[in-house]
Amino acid sequence: MVQNTGTGASAVSQTVDAGNAVSAPVVDNIAARKHQPLPVRIGRHLKLYWQLWTFVLPAMIFVALFAYVPMYGLLLAFKDYDPRKGLIGGKFVGLKYFNQFFQNPQFGTILRNTINIAVQTVAFGFVFPIILALLINQIHSMKIKSFVQTITYMPHFISTVVMVSLINIFLSPDTGMIGRFFGEQSLLAYPQFFAPIYWITEVWQHCGWNCIIYLAALSAVDTSLYEAAKIDGAGRLQLIWSVDLPTILPTCVIMLILNMGGILNVGFDKTFLMQNALNLPGSEVLSTFIYKMGIINGQISLSTAATLFNTLINFFFLVLTNFISKKFSDTSIF
Amino acid sequence: MAQATATPTGVAPKTSADEIPWNPKVTQQRTVGDWIVDIVIWTILTLVVLAVLYPIWFVIIASFSDQTLVASGKVTLWPLGFNVKGYEMVFSDDRVWQGYLNTIIYSVVGTALNVAVTIPAAFALSRREFAPRRIIMFFFTFTMFFAGGMIPNYLLFRSLGLLDTMWVFILPSAVNVFNLIVARSFFESSIPEELHEAAQLDGESYYGFFFKIVIPLSAAIMAVIMLYYFVQHWNDFGTGLVYIQDTHKQPLQNVLRDILLANSTQTGNATMSAGQQQLFADQIKYGIILISTIPLLILYPFLQKYFNKGVMVGAVKG
Repeated sequence: MVQNTGTGASAVSQTVDAGNAVSAPVVDNIAARKHQPLPVRIGRHLKLYWQLWTFVLPAMIFVALFAYVPMYGLLLAFKDYDPRKGLIGGKFVGLKYFNQFFQNPQFGTILRNTINIAVQTVAFGFVFPIILALLINQIHSMKIKSFVQTITYMPHFISTVVMVSLINIFLSPDTGMIGRFFGEQSLLAYPQFFAPIYWITEVWQHCGWNCIIYLAALSAVDTSLYEAAKIDGAGRLQLIWSVDLPTILPTCVIMLILNMGGILNVGFDKTFLMQNALNLPGSEVLSTFIYKMGIINGQISLSTAATLFNTLINFFFLVLTNFISKKFSDTSIF
Repeated sequence: MAQATATPTGVAPKTSADEIPWNPKVTQQRTVGDWIVDIVIWTILTLVVLAVLYPIWFVIIASFSDQTLVASGKVTLWPLGFNVKGYEMVFSDDRVWQGYLNTIIYSVVGTALNVAVTIPAAFALSRREFAPRRIIMFFFTFTMFFAGGMIPNYLLFRSLGLLDTMWVFILPSAVNVFNLIVARSFFESSIPEELHEAAQLDGESYYGFFFKIVIPLSAAIMAVIMLYYFVQHWNDFGTGLVYIQDTHKQPLQNVLRDILLANSTQTGNATMSAGQQQLFADQIKYGIILISTIPLLILYPFLQKYFNKGVMVGAVKG
């Protein structure tokens, strides 16, 4: 989807080169430039485009400093952290901290919770916006359509802190709108309900917003397909199934790949705020563990090892989904 | 059907009848099944809208109601025992004002930097003749999937002296790659190449082209990017939690957390019973939830129209 050109362009210029070598009456500027020494080419490029570089460089510097330098800092996972030697100082200790992390008595629980919460959230958070978009797309009246959209986008702007306090208020026993039906204790006190509460509120908050992208894709449906399908006697549901859904499928696949890249990224803020002493067996996840180990307890190398583990698993799933999708549906992000 | 066959396929005129997927005019009749589908769709959508609206409405009415009536479940559709005690308490809490002020500063300064850095970069990356743009784009997108995380960030911020300063809210989040991609896609799809050619003929440099022509045409994307960044700053909780110790520098969300979730309301007085104090604390919670969210709710209707088609279309294509 993204990749093209590159190889094509160089192939063309090679054939042009070959042509020049034989007959050479035509002066091909592009091919000629390829033969100039590198400094000349760079100089020419800068002369033409230095202004664009000044546009893009500030952003690049910020990203280099605040995204790439910390990436380099991940090397701490293989070292004994030494405060005097800074970001990457310290003695190389190999996989010592990974072993420590894997042998941590909490490791099994943390990994299970993380996968449990993340898989449910990714799965439901992927399916519901698609369904909602298909439903909204069925509304004839533009006014009602935009009303429904306006309403369903709104919760997206609520902050995590407010969202979690809403959860607390509604689930509180005796007085909460929902909690009053569930006995003496808040539902948040049960480890087994943590994941469902997490994904249901996540869907409530972001479903409307996440369906924008599918609605945009649906607005590009070729209307002649509807006519054709109707002539073939397709009913309403069949139109959705065989025209709407195939149209947005590439968008769906891309969104799924992107979501899979965050499979272990259970939102730190929300989990941390929803945690309490009672639900901890079901709510301790990698990101909260990293925070507690690293920032609170000062175990820098151990929590960096956990971070690296988290990132590598995410990356693995991103590449895997991308590979599978490329193979079966020709859609990929790289 | 006559209408459909009269227009050649693919170049159907943009009448409202052609834009909607199910056009009653086009078919002769709707089957019973279609009516059932219609009813089901409308029922589901009505429930969805109610499920989104009601909790928000409930917080509004509960904030103005007598809390004993709220706690006993009598407040359902309208405020009962109307009063504004909760708001009085919120407004008399200095922490809220300090947090509010901090958040406004961080959000405004932060968003200004965000836009100043993101929009020009997005423009440069949208220029097809700019050969290195692919590799630069990869340089940016890679960070969406691979990041150092909390601990290396903490050590970096510490060595840069950013901890416990307002800059930790502003500098590290200067570029959001997703917003960069959204803006780039907008420039690619809605700035016609002819405009650039015309500007070149007029002897305009890229600076002239960008400031005189592109910026005035980009109100929509500027508004959207600004809103995205502003909301991101306004709702930021993690930064204050991890990188700020000084309570006077905590933004609103962290103050909210103390009040809403850690239950540390400085409310009531010795004459109140524990139960009364709890009810009082509840009313403060409802009030503060609304007060903290109001700026976004005010911004929202103005910018809402830009969210739909167009702006997000190219975003996921990377």
